[in-house]
Amino acid sequence: MNIAVAIDDVRNDALPSASEAGPAPKRIVVAYGFWIFLLSDIVMFSALFAAYAVLVRATAGGPTGAELFNQASVAIETACLLASSFTCGLMSLAIASRRRDATYVFAVVTFVLGAVFLALEIREFAGMIAIGATPQRSAFLSAFFTLVGCHGLHVTAGLIWLAVMMAQVEIKGFRATVERRLLCFALFWHALDIIWVWLFTVVYLMGVRP
Amino acid sequence: MNFLGKLSWSAIPFDQPIVMAATAMMVVGVVSVLGWVTLKGYLPYLWREWLTSVDHKRIGVMYIVLALLMLLRGFTDAIMMRSQQALAAGGAQGYLPPEHFDQIFSAHGTIMIFFMAMPFVIGLMNFVVPLQLGVRDMAFPTLNSVALWLTASGILLVNVSLAVGEFAKTGWVAYPPLSELQFSPGVGVDYYLWALQISGVGTLMTGINFVTTILKTRAPGMGYTRMPVFCWTALASNLLMVAAFPVLTATLAMLLLDRYLGFHFFSVDAGGNPMMYVNLFWVWGHPEVYILILPAFGIFSEVIATFSGKPLFGYRSMVAATMAICVLSFLVWLHHFFTMGASAEVNGFFGVMTMIIAVPTGVKIFNWLFTMYGGRVRFTVPVLWSLGFMVTFVIGGMTGVLMAVPPADFQLHNSLFLVAHFHNVIIGGVVFGVMAGYTYWFPKAFGFTLDERWGKASFWCWLIGFYLAFMPLYVLGLMGMTRRMQHYDVLSWQPWLLLAAVGTVVILAGIVCTIVQLVVSIRNREQLRDVTGDPWNGRTLEWATASPPPAWNFAVLPRVAERDTYWSRKQRAHATPDQPQEYEPIETPKNSATGFVNAFFAVVIGFALIWHIWWMVGLGLLGAFATLLVFAFRNEEEVEIPAEQIAQFEQSHQAEVAR
Repeated sequence: MNIAVAIDDVRNDALPSASEAGPAPKRIVVAYGFWIFLLSDIVMFSALFAAYAVLVRATAGGPTGAELFNQASVAIETACLLASSFTCGLMSLAIASRRRDATYVFAVVTFVLGAVFLALEIREFAGMIAIGATPQRSAFLSAFFTLVGCHGLHVTAGLIWLAVMMAQVEIKGFRATVERRLLCFALFWHALDIIWVWLFTVVYLMGVRP
Repeated sequence: MNFLGKLSWSAIPFDQPIVMAATAMMVVGVVSVLGWVTLKGYLPYLWREWLTSVDHKRIGVMYIVLALLMLLRGFTDAIMMRSQQALAAGGAQGYLPPEHFDQIFSAHGTIMIFFMAMPFVIGLMNFVVPLQLGVRDMAFPTLNSVALWLTASGILLVNVSLAVGEFAKTGWVAYPPLSELQFSPGVGVDYYLWALQISGVGTLMTGINFVTTILKTRAPGMGYTRMPVFCWTALASNLLMVAAFPVLTATLAMLLLDRYLGFHFFSVDAGGNPMMYVNLFWVWGHPEVYILILPAFGIFSEVIATFSGKPLFGYRSMVAATMAICVLSFLVWLHHFFTMGASAEVNGFFGVMTMIIAVPTGVKIFNWLFTMYGGRVRFTVPVLWSLGFMVTFVIGGMTGVLMAVPPADFQLHNSLFLVAHFHNVIIGGVVFGVMAGYTYWFPKAFGFTLDERWGKASFWCWLIGFYLAFMPLYVLGLMGMTRRMQHYDVLSWQPWLLLAAVGTVVILAGIVCTIVQLVVSIRNREQLRDVTGDPWNGRTLEWATASPPPAWNFAVLPRVAERDTYWSRKQRAHATPDQPQEYEPIETPKNSATGFVNAFFAVVIGFALIWHIWWMVGLGLLGAFATLLVFAFRNEEEVEIPAEQIAQFEQSHQAEVAR
C-alpha cells in the first residue's frame, strides 16, 4: 500500500515507452490525481507561509513568538505526529497483507496519536488566548493562528477520514475502491507531516530566535 | 441573536426600480423555464440525462450553457456602464447612482472572468480533451460533475446578490483596506468572497482532473509528441489552475478571517499589510489570464490547421512556447502594480520578464501564419474568428508590452488605457477563441453545423463593435481618464465615450446574431445535419467518432501511431477505426446526484455565511458531509454497456455514413 507497491504494479514491458502505453491502471491514476491535489494543498500552505513570513515582525506591541512558544509542548506534538506517520505506514503494510485486525490496531494508534497532537495544539491555542494573545491582537498572531490552525484543520479532517475508512473496511472489506482510498489517506497523512516539519522549523524554531 | 442573522426584508432593494426590474426579469426567466420544463414533462429526462450525468461531453455542454447565460448578464452590466459614462459628463449624474454603478463594474469583472470566460474555456476542454486523447471519459468523472455544480453554485450566489442584499462595490479585485469590514460593512464583499471560494474549489478540482487525465489516461500510442496542441494548451492551463488557484483560496480566506473574526492580515492597524493582498491576488491573477488564453491558443491551432488542410507549422515550437508561457506566467505578477513603490530593480525585473513573455506568444502568431501560408484556406466562421484574433491580439499584446515599461505604467496605471488593453486581449483572445471553438465543435456535440451566414454576421459585429468600443478607451486613457468613474467634469471626453457606447451597441448586435444563429440552426437542423461525424475534414481523433458521440466515445480505443492521427488514417483510406468482428462490453461510470446535491448544500452554506445565519451553516455542512458519505458507501460505481448495444450503434452509424 505504499509507493513502492504502487510502482510494482506498472508492467515492466510498458516502461520503455511509458508515454505511449495507453491509459494507466485505475490505482495509478487515483494515486497520481491525489498527488496533484496534495501539491495544490502545499501551494495553499505556501501562501500562508508567505503571509506569516511577511507579518512575523508585525507584533504591534503585542507578544512575540519567543515569548509565547512552549518548545517542550511543541516537541511532544511533533513526536506524536511523526510517530503517527510511522503507525500509518504499519497500517498500510497490514492492508497490503490483508490483515484486518492489524489494520484496526494501527488505525486506532494513528488516530490516538493524531488526537493527542490536536489536543496539545488546542491547549496551546487556549493558553495563548487566555493571556490575551488572540489572533485579533496583532498581524503576527493572525498569521500564526491561521497557518498553524489550517494544519490543525487538516489533521482534524484526516481523523474524520480515518474513522470513515475504518467503517468502510468493516462494511465493505478490502475491495479495490476502499484500498485506493486508504492509499490516498496514507499519502495525505504523510503530507501533513511534511508540512508540519516546515511549520515546526519556520514557526517554532526560527520564531524563538532572539 | 436574530434567527436569520443579518437577513431581513430591508435586504431587498424595493426602492431601486432598475434593480427590481432586473430581478423581476431574472425571476420570470427562471420560473418560466422551470415551468416549461415541468409542464412538458422533461424534468425526469433532465435529471437522468443531464443534471446527474458524469459524462464529460454533457458536463462540457452544461458549462458552456452557463457561460453563455453569464455572457448575457455580464454584457448587460457593460451596456449600463457604457451608457452611464456616455451621459454623465459635466454636471450630469447619469441614471446610475454611485453605489449602484460601483456594484455594476464589480459584478461585470467578476462575472466575465470567473463565470463567463472560465466556464466557457473549461466547458470546451471538457467536451474536447477526452475525445482528442482517444479515451472514454475523464480520470475522475464524478469529481468533474461536482466541479461543474460548484461553479454553478458560485454563479447562483452572485446572481442572488442582485435581489437579496448587494454586491461588492470594490471592483472585481476587492483590494483591502476598502474591502475590509471597516470600509465595506455590507454583505457585498461577502457575496463576492464566498461565490469565488465555492467556485474556486470547483476550478481546482477541474485542474486536478485534467492534469491526471492528460498525463495518465491517453489512448495507446498517444505519446506526448503526438498529442493535439489543444491538449497541450489544456494541460498547461490546468497545471496553472492547480498551482495558482490555491493561492487565491488562501488569499480570500485571509480576507474572510479579517472580515468575520477581526484578524489583521490586510487591515491598516495592528500591523496588517494591505499590499500583501495585492501581491498574493496577482500571484494567482496573472497565471489566471494564461489559464484563459492558452486554451484559446489551442483552439486557434486546431482551427487553423484543419481549415488550411495542413499540419500545424512548428508543432514542437508551439508546445515549447505553451510550456514556456506556463512557467513565465508566475514571474510577472508585479507588473499589475508598479506604482506600489518597489525599488527600481524590482520593477525593472518584472518589466523585463513581462516583455520576455511576449516572445513565445510571438512565436505562436508566426506559427499560425506559416500554417496558413501555402494552404488552401477555407474561410469558415471559426477561421474568421481566428483571423480577427490574430490582428486584434497583436495590437493588445503591443499595448501590454508598452505598459510593461514601468515609467510608462506610472502614467497609464488604472487609466482607461489599461481597461482598453485587457479588453483588447481578453475579447480579442479569449472571447474570439471560445467563439471559434463553439462554432468548430458544435457539430460534434449536436450532429449539425451552425448556420454560416448568421455566424459571419456575429463575427463582423463583434469585430467592428470591439474596435469602436475600445479604441476610444485607449485615447481616453492617454487623455487622463481613470477607470470606474461614475461621472466626470471633462467635457472633451464625452465624444469618445459616446463612440464607445455605439461600439457596445454593435457588439450587442453580434450577441443577438449568435442567439439568432442558434435558433435558426436548430430550426434548420435537418438541412445542416452531419452524419459523417467529420464535417470539416478534421485531423484529430474527436472527428473519428459519430456526432454526437455515444456515451462510450469510442467502440474500440483508437491506436495512435502518429501526430494528426485521424488525418493520416484518412489518407491511407481507413477513414474509420479498424472494425473488429466482436465488440467488448464497456464499463462506463454510473450517473451520480452527488454533484448536484452537494452544490445545493454549497449554496445553503454560502448564503448562510454571507448573512451570518450560523445554524444554517451547520445544517449545510452536515448535508454536504452526508452527501459525501452516501457517495463513498455506494456499491455500484459503473454500469456495463453490453457489446450488442455497441455493435448496433456502430453498424447504424456506418450505414448512415455510407449513405
